[in-house]
Amino acid sequence: MQPAKARKGIHRRKVLKMRIDKRKYDELRPLEIKAGVIPNANGSAMVRMGKTIAVAAVYGPREMFPKFKQKSNKAVLNTLYTMVPFSTTERVRPGRSRRSMEICKVTRQALEPAIFLEEFPKSVIDVYINIIQADAGTRTAGINAASVALADAGIPMRDLVASVAGGKIGKNFLVDLCMEEEEETEADVPVAYMPRTRQITLLQMDGDLPKEDVKEIIKLAIKSIEKIYKEQRKALEARWKKG
Amino acid sequence: MEKRVIKMIMQDQYVLDMAAEGKRVDGRKHDEFRKIEIEKNPLEKPEGSARVRIGKTDVIVGVKMEVGEPFPDKPDEGTLMVGAEFSPMASPDFEAGPPREDAVELARVVDRGIRESGAIDVKKLCIKKKEKVWIVMIDIQIMNHDGNLFDASTLGAITALLNTKIPEYDEKKDEINYEKKTKVLPVTCKPVSVTFAKIGNQIFVDPGLDEENVEGGRITVTTKDNGNICAIQKGSPVPFTLDEIEKIFDMAIEKGKELRKLV
Repeated sequence: MQPAKARKGIHRRKVLKMRIDKRKYDELRPLEIKAGVIPNANGSAMVRMGKTIAVAAVYGPREMFPKFKQKSNKAVLNTLYTMVPFSTTERVRPGRSRRSMEICKVTRQALEPAIFLEEFPKSVIDVYINIIQADAGTRTAGINAASVALADAGIPMRDLVASVAGGKIGKNFLVDLCMEEEEETEADVPVAYMPRTRQITLLQMDGDLPKEDVKEIIKLAIKSIEKIYKEQRKALEARWKKG
Repeated sequence: MEKRVIKMIMQDQYVLDMAAEGKRVDGRKHDEFRKIEIEKNPLEKPEGSARVRIGKTDVIVGVKMEVGEPFPDKPDEGTLMVGAEFSPMASPDFEAGPPREDAVELARVVDRGIRESGAIDVKKLCIKKKEKVWIVMIDIQIMNHDGNLFDASTLGAITALLNTKIPEYDEKKDEINYEKKTKVLPVTCKPVSVTFAKIGNQIFVDPGLDEENVEGGRITVTTKDNGNICAIQKGSPVPFTLDEIEKIFDMAIEKGKELRKLV
């Protein structure tokens, strides 16, 4: 029963040229970006991509403790990605998981190339990312929020980093997958990119696809990233533009 | 400053200077791996094992099997777990304690390659639907770290899996007889990873530790027998361009074919 039902669903979507939530294949979920959401932080931002909500706060540059962790030639970027316990259908147990440790690492590496860390030796820039609600694409939403929060904190940057995941269902390439799509996709490819310098700062993939398809997904993701980039800039302008 | 630190800084500059001329410190070509040695089943206790040496990098992978409950959303599928241990014995930079970021990343990238390629036929690991399935536990023990742990570990994992025999299980007594290993683990394909370093604007395959220590880019691409890509992990702050990524895909597929012959 179940397979027939599922097949019917896919078939219908093919005819309608639409997705589960009636989006076009290269269309993002409703995107909302707001800078300056946490008064205590030096910089902060909220990003909503469909049902996924990420909030990022930046503290610093401030002195690095313990001292042995300081770097004499540049600042240390520290990222902490946390899923809030009530962010998913099943409660997330608080504390670090292997998944969150990996995401902390790739997020840090996605943001690092954008920041002039060499301007702040011996200090640390702390980036805290909380996923308030998760509906796929949490690491990309987190990176989008963190990037705006860093700019909001006035930290000198080469460019904003924007991020989105791409995938393939049936014959169709799609971006910004929601949970239902993430379960169906043949590959999940999160990409982060700096549009001005045209550099890829995050690239991961799990799935099973020929290289041509993977390239196609990356190119499609980059196109959508340009759109997110514009929204990020708008959010910063809305907060800081006078008059 | 400690002698080791001074040596490291000088070595880094040397690697960078060489790369600027398009050369590697050990005289290898851009797409040349170090000498790879693979030992199949060097150990008796685990259900399957492998020892992989890439140059001075040395990794032992062991596969243990247990019976346990399946995940509720996949009631008729066996499960897979990958762990990695960076023993302080293997490098002056490793410390004792619970796995850190790097060890977790390594284990998860190896896991992704095997899981996503469908290398293990998990449906055949079901003993009783919703109740009992085989759990395949792959553990990576680093013996000596001299760069490119990713490729050594993936090679080790797939070699160990190909040589894994399932022990006998008595359903009534709920006992596993580890002495009697009869069935071969159902392995359908050979996912193989190829890791690249980007130093300056040069792309090198199989980075050694001296090349990894330089602030450069690192990316790992895992491919299957049919040339499909099943896992990618960019693991460094240095960004890549789309052209570089495309070149890397081609090289990963090409080199993957060579590595697969060794397994």
